[in-house]
Amino acid sequence: MVSPILELTNINKSFGHVHANKNINLTINKGTIHGIIGENGAGKSTLMSIVFGLYQANSGIIKINGKEINLRSPKDSIINGIGMVHQHFMLVENFTVLENIILGFEGELVFGKNLEKAKKDLKNLCDTYKLNIDLNSTISDLSVGFRQRVEILKSLYRGAEILILDEPTGVLTPQEVDELFKILRSLNEEGKTIVLITHKLIEIMDLTSEVSVMRQGEMVGHTKTEDTNKEQLAEMMVGRTVLLRLDKSEVKTGDVIFKVENLSVKDDLDVTRVKNVNLEIRSGEILGLAGVTGNGQTELLEALSGIRKVESGEIYLDGKKVSDRQNFLDPRELKEKGLAHVPEDRQRMGLVTDFKAYENLIFGYHDQQPFSKSSILNHRDIISHSKKIMEEYDVRPQSPNLVTSNFSGGNQQKIILSRELNEKPKVLLVGQPTRGVDIGAIEFIHQRLIDMRDRGAAILLVSVELDEVLSLSDRIVVMFDGKVVGEKENKNVTDRELGLLMAGVI
Amino acid sequence: MATVDKSKVPWWVSNLIVPLVNLTLALFVSGIFIFIAGENPYEAVRLIIYGSFGYIEGFAYTLYYTTNFIFTGLAFAVAFHCRLFNIGGEGQAYIGGLGVFLVAINFSFLPVPIVWLLSIAGAFAFGAAWAFIPAYLQATRGSHVVITTIMFNFIAASLMVFLLVDVIRDTAQMGPHTVALPKEQWLPNFKDFAALFGIKIRYSPLNISFLLAIAASVFVWFLVWKTRWGYEMRAVGHNTQAAIYAGISPYKNIIIAMCISGGLAGLLAVNEVLGVHHKIVAGFPAGYGFTGIAVALMGRNHPIGIFPAAFLFGILYQGGSEVTFDMPNITRYMFVAVQGVIILFSGALENLFRPQIENFFVNRLNLKAKA
Amino acid sequence: MEFLSDIASLINSTLRISTPLVFAAMAGIFAERSGVIDFSLEGKMLMAAFVAAVGSYFLGNPWLGLLLAIIACVSLSMLHGFASVTYKGDQVVSCVAINILIIGLTTALAAAWFGQAGLTPTLNEDQRFLEVTLPFADSLRDIPIVGIIYSDILSGHYVFVYLAYLTVPLVFWVVFKTSFGLRLRAVGENPSAVDTAGINVFSMRYKALAINGVLIAFAGAHLSTAVNANFFREMSAGRGYLALAAMIFGKWHPKTALIACLLFGFTDALQIRLQGVELPAIGEIPVQLIQALPYVLTVVLLAGFVGKAIAPNAIGQPYIKER
Repeated sequence: MVSPILELTNINKSFGHVHANKNINLTINKGTIHGIIGENGAGKSTLMSIVFGLYQANSGIIKINGKEINLRSPKDSIINGIGMVHQHFMLVENFTVLENIILGFEGELVFGKNLEKAKKDLKNLCDTYKLNIDLNSTISDLSVGFRQRVEILKSLYRGAEILILDEPTGVLTPQEVDELFKILRSLNEEGKTIVLITHKLIEIMDLTSEVSVMRQGEMVGHTKTEDTNKEQLAEMMVGRTVLLRLDKSEVKTGDVIFKVENLSVKDDLDVTRVKNVNLEIRSGEILGLAGVTGNGQTELLEALSGIRKVESGEIYLDGKKVSDRQNFLDPRELKEKGLAHVPEDRQRMGLVTDFKAYENLIFGYHDQQPFSKSSILNHRDIISHSKKIMEEYDVRPQSPNLVTSNFSGGNQQKIILSRELNEKPKVLLVGQPTRGVDIGAIEFIHQRLIDMRDRGAAILLVSVELDEVLSLSDRIVVMFDGKVVGEKENKNVTDRELGLLMAGVI
Repeated sequence: MATVDKSKVPWWVSNLIVPLVNLTLALFVSGIFIFIAGENPYEAVRLIIYGSFGYIEGFAYTLYYTTNFIFTGLAFAVAFHCRLFNIGGEGQAYIGGLGVFLVAINFSFLPVPIVWLLSIAGAFAFGAAWAFIPAYLQATRGSHVVITTIMFNFIAASLMVFLLVDVIRDTAQMGPHTVALPKEQWLPNFKDFAALFGIKIRYSPLNISFLLAIAASVFVWFLVWKTRWGYEMRAVGHNTQAAIYAGISPYKNIIIAMCISGGLAGLLAVNEVLGVHHKIVAGFPAGYGFTGIAVALMGRNHPIGIFPAAFLFGILYQGGSEVTFDMPNITRYMFVAVQGVIILFSGALENLFRPQIENFFVNRLNLKAKA
Repeated sequence: MEFLSDIASLINSTLRISTPLVFAAMAGIFAERSGVIDFSLEGKMLMAAFVAAVGSYFLGNPWLGLLLAIIACVSLSMLHGFASVTYKGDQVVSCVAINILIIGLTTALAAAWFGQAGLTPTLNEDQRFLEVTLPFADSLRDIPIVGIIYSDILSGHYVFVYLAYLTVPLVFWVVFKTSFGLRLRAVGENPSAVDTAGINVFSMRYKALAINGVLIAFAGAHLSTAVNANFFREMSAGRGYLALAAMIFGKWHPKTALIACLLFGFTDALQIRLQGVELPAIGEIPVQLIQALPYVLTVVLLAGFVGKAIAPNAIGQPYIKER
């Protein structure tokens, strides 16, 4: 007989004027692996953050093992046996694994006896679940996969009976995902309840026994996983029938217009992050660059777009050398030569969120005519230009005077995209184009990229979403540890093969 | 904390009502200080208003102080748009004085209006130069400008006292100051202007620099909001990473913003040296540089806000000296404390009541729209 | 022999002059390790000097003056926390406000209450701290080396000098060997990690600021009730900023910050010593220039400090939990 371990009744949560969770009811049974699926912004993470005590619901009842409890902070949740592995890991980078795990649960004011006991307990936990973690290593030295294990170990050490994982596979290779699922299954066999938040249907089908679907802040359905299928779930998720594949014409490539030779790049701490990379992109093709986060993609994109200095090697645009160690063009000069760049992190780099929309719509092109003449900004032309491209790219609301932070993630991304695509670049560098963007905007953005390619642009697409790389690219290269470790035609490659390359196995 | 849909808040609520509420709070707390010091706050307010508006000389003094505060307020604001805390206005103004004096005394053979223009340039250049070193160290070494500019205030004070005592002192006199500049170089005074209309004034420090301050305000407004340079400075200030992405050099903009800021602070010396004292007197910046911080923050770093804020501080300074004259327990330092309170409420604590006030107005407007 | 006693007196004054810097730097470590910028060390030190002198004058006991100074500084720290932690205001602006407020308020109140231009009345022997002669200091004086070290360098300081140098290992122990220290360092690096570990980020930062207030009070009391016998206008003279520079140069670490503080103290001791002295080849350096030496050194030290990455990761940013 199954018994509910966690029951939510009529949960409501608003952030200002955004109603993130509307009258949510959810029952999670003990010893199950329960999936919660929904697209970005559906309110899954908010709901689970309420369960973890990080946010407080505006109204509603939470019961654990049949008993109503009041979760005022994560402490209350942890005491009640709830653990959560967040999408962005909650680890102190310059602390050791041990320090991160005992944080808040030191059990003594001055380190001594309890610290020794903690070490022993943790070793036992590692052995039981085959987690294989060195307690003395510093977090910043660990790979993403290992950091995630530290998070799991942390929850277990703190006595979690319910383990919530928020989009745990986004940053992993397919093989690492297999490993993670193995760990989760063995935890489940030991009696732990697992809650998996994801937007990937395949993970729901693979791992879970029950599934709940969320859409636009509401809970729209519950079912046993065995009673449903991918298509049905997708429809519930989006509220309409969705095409799971993208329409894409056959590739018609032209000359090589962007070429990288023996490129090496260092990061801010003087560590070489890009090692001897060679790339060629032809007009009319999308080159996908796959890889686990932190294998040099960021530094590569920054060097190619003129943000970061080249350590050695050369970059050619249209057959002419644009950058090497001694001579390099800055991002604006590259833009003038027809190289556009949609950066990986829009909030950190692509936009000045405190600027008004029209100021962001000319960002990086602000010194070009007609936006400015002899260093004086031409307000009227800027506004009319902004109105035009906001309409063309369906940016909502269409008010150029609104401060950019008031736009949704998807619309902020459209602001960047419209700015970069509008100049009809010959070369387009795109990083994580759909990160944190809702499904409608994803379709729109993907279609625009395909249009650019059909128009003859050479596109470099960097994404950690393997599905995105596979659905958009004509050719795929994989980066591992700063090196290009493989190149494949999209036609003859599977995600498994790419996964092995991404993990540096072959 | 309540959050508000920012796009629905009318501009006059965020830019007028909220600052006024903060100012009222600050003045209320200041009243408590005056009470602690053993005087009657109401009486103090009466004296302040009488002292700053009650008679023409007093009003002229108010505008004279306003002039100084416009310069230092603009100075702080320009750097702040690039997210730099230039609290070195005091030292930059002091060194600016050296610029004015050296130009005026060495070019006295030139026609007077040209000497004035060159002196203004000298004040700007010397102030900018004194801001350059902290700017350079911030841009290249990451040395925080708050510490370096404060240190440069101390260093400027030592250097100027050294110069005034050992190098350029008027040896015929006892005090640490230079010789007076030739009389024809003195800036036209409000007294002379008033005399044209038959109004007789005993003495007034107010001079034509007031117009220079207005011109500087227009310059700053144009620079920050209408030019590429201002756009780039603001981009660096709000998001340095994004600026680099857009090909805007933080290094260059930090230095430009600080130098313009230092130059504007240096202009204070035009008023003090060329307009009032007609020589360099030890310690002439007298805290105006620090007051500029409060002026800028209260004026929300916009020239249109800085003008009324500078005027308000002009009232406080001039009215304040009336208070110190009549109330033995109050010294001019009380008004330094008042500045601190104003910076606290209009700067650091500006969010104290903002959400409530904005919510109040948004809800009212919504109700009106429905009705 | 005269050379030796010169050196001894130089070291002696270095220890004395560094004392307020050491307290202030340790105070700064607590605030900044928790993620809160503290440029207001200067203002708090000045406030402590004023309150300690006034309190001691009225209550007749310097320890009670110190107690009042502690209360005043903790209150100012709480104000800084209220503005920048709770209300998420700009931390630098909050500090600048506090500094200017205190410069004005202390002088204004001193003038209002005591009628002299920003001076408090001179404290008598009962109202101030006196130099402590260590046991046997007189009898050991004549022993070579040991006598100089013990009797001339170590003995004869105010109680704050000894307390300051005892504070450093204590701070080290708290920051690196206790669970409080672990939480403190974590909250300055990644407040979200602390929050999800069930620890209240805000209360951690307030606790750190409270300790900061206690420590900085000692620095101020040292100035007005020990080395001097009264408070005078702006008597902290930039020491709060020097200490902050020392702390940054010491990479937010008590031991290295101590070394930087001693370097400042030594420079200051040296500049006092050099006043009016004819130097070979250079001649007499004007007193105004030589007094600027510590300030110049601050700028040089800050410029020599490379790499912003060593600062606590979350410093200066308010913790925003809900998006």
